[in-house]
Amino acid sequence: MTTTPLRLYQVGTFAAGNRLLDPSERTVQSSADRASSITSGHRACRGCGEALAARVVMDAAMRATGGRLVTVNATGCLEVFSTPFPESAWQVPWLHSLFGNAAAVASGVAAAMRATGRDDVRVLAQAGDGGTVDIGLGCLSGMFERNDDVLFVCYDNQGYMNTGVQRSGATPAGASTANTRPVGSGIGNAFGTGKNLPRIAMAHEIPYVATATIADLHDLEAKVTSAMSRRGARYLHVLVPCPLGWGSDASDTVRVARLATQSGLFPVFEAEHGTVTQVTPIRRRVPVEEYLRLQTRFRHLFTEPGRPDVVAALQAQADRDIARYGLDPEEES
Amino acid sequence: MRRQLEGSLAVADTVARCRPRVVAAYPISPQTHIVEALSELVASGGLAPCEYLTVESEFGALSACIGASAAGARTYTATASQGLLFMAEALPNASGLGLPMVMTVANRALGAPINIWNDHSDALSQRDAGWLMLFASSNQEAVDLHVQAFALSERTSLPVMVCMDGFVLTHAVEEVDVPEQEQVDAFLPDFHPRQSLDPDHPVTIGAMVGPEAFTEVKYLMAHRQLRALDEVSAVAQEFESAFGRTSGGLLQPYRTDGAELVVVALGSVLGSLADVVDELRDEGLAVGALGICCYRPWPFDEVRDALRGVTDVVVVNRAVAVGSGSILGQDVRLSAPRGTAVHDVVLGLGGRPVTRDVLRRLVLDVVTGRVGSDSLTFFDLDHDRAAAELARELADTVPANGGGS
Repeated sequence: MTTTPLRLYQVGTFAAGNRLLDPSERTVQSSADRASSITSGHRACRGCGEALAARVVMDAAMRATGGRLVTVNATGCLEVFSTPFPESAWQVPWLHSLFGNAAAVASGVAAAMRATGRDDVRVLAQAGDGGTVDIGLGCLSGMFERNDDVLFVCYDNQGYMNTGVQRSGATPAGASTANTRPVGSGIGNAFGTGKNLPRIAMAHEIPYVATATIADLHDLEAKVTSAMSRRGARYLHVLVPCPLGWGSDASDTVRVARLATQSGLFPVFEAEHGTVTQVTPIRRRVPVEEYLRLQTRFRHLFTEPGRPDVVAALQAQADRDIARYGLDPEEES
Repeated sequence: MRRQLEGSLAVADTVARCRPRVVAAYPISPQTHIVEALSELVASGGLAPCEYLTVESEFGALSACIGASAAGARTYTATASQGLLFMAEALPNASGLGLPMVMTVANRALGAPINIWNDHSDALSQRDAGWLMLFASSNQEAVDLHVQAFALSERTSLPVMVCMDGFVLTHAVEEVDVPEQEQVDAFLPDFHPRQSLDPDHPVTIGAMVGPEAFTEVKYLMAHRQLRALDEVSAVAQEFESAFGRTSGGLLQPYRTDGAELVVVALGSVLGSLADVVDELRDEGLAVGALGICCYRPWPFDEVRDALRGVTDVVVVNRAVAVGSGSILGQDVRLSAPRGTAVHDVVLGLGGRPVTRDVLRRLVLDVVTGRVGSDSLTFFDLDHDRAAAELARELADTVPANGGGS
């Protein structure tokens, strides 16, 4: 395969303008015939990372499947803001059952398609981090283990935002949430042992696992396309900042997501059958503080007297992942 | 063809002849033989095209059925006891979304204490989940009800639970006529779902409904449930014409004409009950039995009509509603004509046998005034053991020195 190195002309951005690219490499979103799977008029908050990700993911999947797509949605923000009866933002067949069962429902849809001779119709399940890493984990693990033909997409905003910003198993240490307030000597959410769903998915040795963020929509589309070119259980974990829950400015959603990757706190990679096959290197490494300071959920770490120890521990987490995934080209030996 | 067959295998064979396209199940006693047999039929290609999903829990099983049914496939699962409760969140979801499917419940007690044997606590605890609930009195009826259940489910676009007593029926070997494939095919048309996930006709299923429309949705659900009573009768009649035997329907009265005392019950106990009724009739007692086959929707008018002119009604409850009394008894009380004495009796919990002797004693105790109608009676309770335990608890809470310090 030959590749042409991409030249970036815009200062301060990592996005390549579509007009600089070969038509075949342009984004799905840049095309007038994109599916617009989720239309405007829904009720997501200003600056919602999940709404942006869902649009990009669904339209890319629609393109990849030639429109032969069904989606299953867990309970959560995406479900609530997109389907207040009698309205629906969805232009694709869409099924919402419960909070914790999206993976099993999707398995059932896929089985029905196979059994009724319609296995050209593909299935994509969507859930937030609560519906993925916590209440939905049992069904999801079953779907992985059976290698059912489903792409499961987790829109990770690191907490239960729909119910008022409580912590989930995906909430980072040090974050203040509605039930992890930094009161007394508390630091907010405690340091646990971590619940890293992409790695848990990889442990199932499923055909495809990838992470992405809304800071690189081109990459996100490419990963959806790659996922839909395969059969079997596939998992895509997308970091989607939540201005409401993170206390970031609505205009900073993309910037916050980018700093999550550039600080090393959110590694972007692909894995096949349990082995990492590709990582997205950090282009301009930043200290985690640069990411944390944009979000009021971490404000207590920087308000006098501050918690430099917590910031240092988070930095150590980032450093460990940068080394583990080889994210910093300058550190390569 | 009539064969000597275990109840579970007869049901599995029958379900297979109904040609489900997706079966999702998680093992739990005493349902296991049914789903084991189906997994083998799927694996051997005997049921093709059919997908069998070995899910990680009952919650996953019913969830997969929800997806499969919404995608337009005929769908089946089976469970019991704790498994049914593990499905509890998804039960009203399946009915609320109007998704046809059939589920066998091999009735078993609920823990704690854990107990794998038969009673009706599991199914009756889910009576308000919006499913149609049919109770089989024999293995032949269990077989027949499964054929009827698929027809009923798809006509009403509602899920149907077929309840059969765990072990007593599921593991009993007896002669059963399993309908031939051609008979089932003639009776059961292809499944044409009312709504389905189809890229050519995108629909949104499962939207959020707020206070402005929620009551109307629930009202319509209640209305559709009650309207299903007519379908239950109609399907049973059509079944009788097609297969030449009576099975299912709303109620099964046995010698209730001229009866002064009628025993109301669900499930396999009805067989023994009929024998007892015959015995007592021979002895000159005006006794009858009323089997409830369709428990949900509750056939209010039909039960009232069946009990008209009856002086004493005895309700055999194989479940207890702790803190309020009985479950079936409450339904019967609502339907019993004014002035009828309702003797609400709990017996046969957690597999304690409900034999002919027990039932005969029950009727005679009601006749001789030993079982009242003013409170719930635990008929087969070991009073001595219960009293001893209560006395011990009392002794533990009263200080030995009489409370002085």
